[in-house]
Amino acid sequence: MDLFEYEAKDLFAKHGVPVIGGAVVTTAEAAGAAADEIGGKVVIKAQVKAGGRGKAGGVKVAEGNAEATEKAQGILGLDIKGHIVKKVLVTPASAIAEEYYVSFLLDRANRTFLAMASVEGGMDIEEVAVTKPEALARVAVDAIEGCTPAKAAEIAAAANFAADIRPAIEKILCQLWDVLVKEDATLVEVNPLVKTVEGDIVALDGKVSLDDNAAFRHSDHEAFVDNAAIDPIELRAKEHDLNYVKLEGEVGIIGNGAGLVMSTLDVVAYAGEEFGGVKPANFLDIGGGASAQVMANGLDIVLNDPSVKSVFVNVFGGITACDAVANGIIQAVAMLEANGEKVTKPLVCRIDGNNAEEGRRILDESGLDVVVRVQTMDDAARRVAELAK
Amino acid sequence: MSIFLNADSRVLVQGMTGSEGTKHTRRMIASGTNVVAGVTPGKGGQEVDGIPVFNSVGEAMAATGANVSVVFVPPKFAKAAVIEAVDAAIPLCVVITEGIPIHDTAVFFQYALNKSTTRIIGPNCPGIISPGQSNAGIIPGDITKPGRIGLVSKSGTLTYQMMYELSDIGFSTAVGIGGDPIIGTTHIDCLQAFQDDPDTDAIVMIGEIGGDAEERAAAYIAQHITKPVVGYVAGFTAPEGKTMGHAGAIVSGSSGTAQAKKEALEAVGVKVGKTPSETARLMREVMQSL
Repeated sequence: MDLFEYEAKDLFAKHGVPVIGGAVVTTAEAAGAAADEIGGKVVIKAQVKAGGRGKAGGVKVAEGNAEATEKAQGILGLDIKGHIVKKVLVTPASAIAEEYYVSFLLDRANRTFLAMASVEGGMDIEEVAVTKPEALARVAVDAIEGCTPAKAAEIAAAANFAADIRPAIEKILCQLWDVLVKEDATLVEVNPLVKTVEGDIVALDGKVSLDDNAAFRHSDHEAFVDNAAIDPIELRAKEHDLNYVKLEGEVGIIGNGAGLVMSTLDVVAYAGEEFGGVKPANFLDIGGGASAQVMANGLDIVLNDPSVKSVFVNVFGGITACDAVANGIIQAVAMLEANGEKVTKPLVCRIDGNNAEEGRRILDESGLDVVVRVQTMDDAARRVAELAK
Repeated sequence: MSIFLNADSRVLVQGMTGSEGTKHTRRMIASGTNVVAGVTPGKGGQEVDGIPVFNSVGEAMAATGANVSVVFVPPKFAKAAVIEAVDAAIPLCVVITEGIPIHDTAVFFQYALNKSTTRIIGPNCPGIISPGQSNAGIIPGDITKPGRIGLVSKSGTLTYQMMYELSDIGFSTAVGIGGDPIIGTTHIDCLQAFQDDPDTDAIVMIGEIGGDAEERAAAYIAQHITKPVVGYVAGFTAPEGKTMGHAGAIVSGSSGTAQAKKEALEAVGVKVGKTPSETARLMREVMQSL
């Protein structure tokens, strides 16, 4: 789960990282009032979970109520990389002397953590990383040892921080590591970390991604969940503990196992090319068991998506053999119809694996008109794409 | 032969007294696995289907000679369970548990690396099977037979699909390495083990979007693998930034795309199927040509 800047900064503050407070508001008028209260120059910053806000016009300086209101008006509602700005942070403007970059993140390739730091922070850090890789220090951090004072010194030295600010930088590095570990984050990034003209080191921005698997030990992180931003169908799937992702197309997809479902999306998209660009409407993994109830929940969610025209049920019967899967599909349709939901969209079913013959026989003899049984995954993809055309 | 797991493997199950642990212990036994012990702290002295339960991995190993652990412990307790297995220096620890916090995995992986006496497979994986010899995990035991194909995969059901499609040829070992961002055994580890296994003739490698494991495997194949490799990558049409079930399967920017992985593999002579069925067909052709 990615956090908004103001949420990230709250976590920073909790672990001692110096930040500048401010007000989070949802209207231009409230932004104006906040600017009045803060006094002097303020920065109005779009709160979206995407990078490149400055370049997209989502960060503006203003002074006084009228100007702040006007600038906030321009930022609220902006579309930044597909994220609509609904909140802005109004914060006192800092007199910046220098801009730096620091982050800790999971390093998948090396199966450990990585610190990155640069004295050339700010808006163009991505470009620095590409054109001047030597200006972005990368230091591995051992998951067990963590960012010790010695490790922080190593990072600061590798990035060539000036000697006079090193103690402050090293302290902040250790505090940011605390944020990463104690909050179970996979990314903690500050860009820019600034030196003000007064010589203070402050985190002017913050990006934090939290590990959803660790939610069980952070009840306070629940407040960060932004249900309003989640697609309503995805939210419903979440309530049923189903792994669902809404996509753009017309073919509903249900399968068991993340890899098989991803593969199903691909096969349907390939087949869809023959039928005017028909595409998958969703990713839905109902897991290994695939019981009738879970299948019914899955079908319910997929069939209620108005963009779905046909559905591909692609199950490999392993632990749950195909006869049970077939009965599950039939019972799922019956459950939905018992709830007053007439199932009219075609369900193209491909089941394979243990006891496949028996499963197929059960489907063939079910008498359900909506069930279209196809033998192979590739043929089923073609059929379901054709039906969605 | 086979890799990592064979007829001599003596398996203990951490979390055997839990419902998943008990269910899958029975399945493992049904597919011929020599399950010798269970471990659940505080339940030492009990039995499940006649198999003794111990309080610790160390006790279980001393009493039964177990040399493989399969972990079904819930996410909250998984780190402690794996560290205990590593402390007992068990040679192979297969972590089935899904949903372990990444910081916990990072720590127990580093811990195992430092001790260097335990190979970890997983977490969030279906386990490993050497058909006809032993089955450590949740892979259905009856979808294929012993043979000479080696398989390594990030995905469970795609593993089953491939084993099933090639069941007439059969497999030496199939390893589900798991879909988490940090895993104990990689594609490369398995490729090298299959290369060294005299009873494996060819290798199927199944990858998916996210990370650069497939690209690194491609570079490794070019340098070290002489046996034929057939590949498949899932997730060509997955959108950027969305997590598709496996925590590791997420495309960020231009890195980790299925297309990039396919191209990297093809560049080193790996035949890559466009669909699982085509991949199985390519492997069939490879086996017939040997």
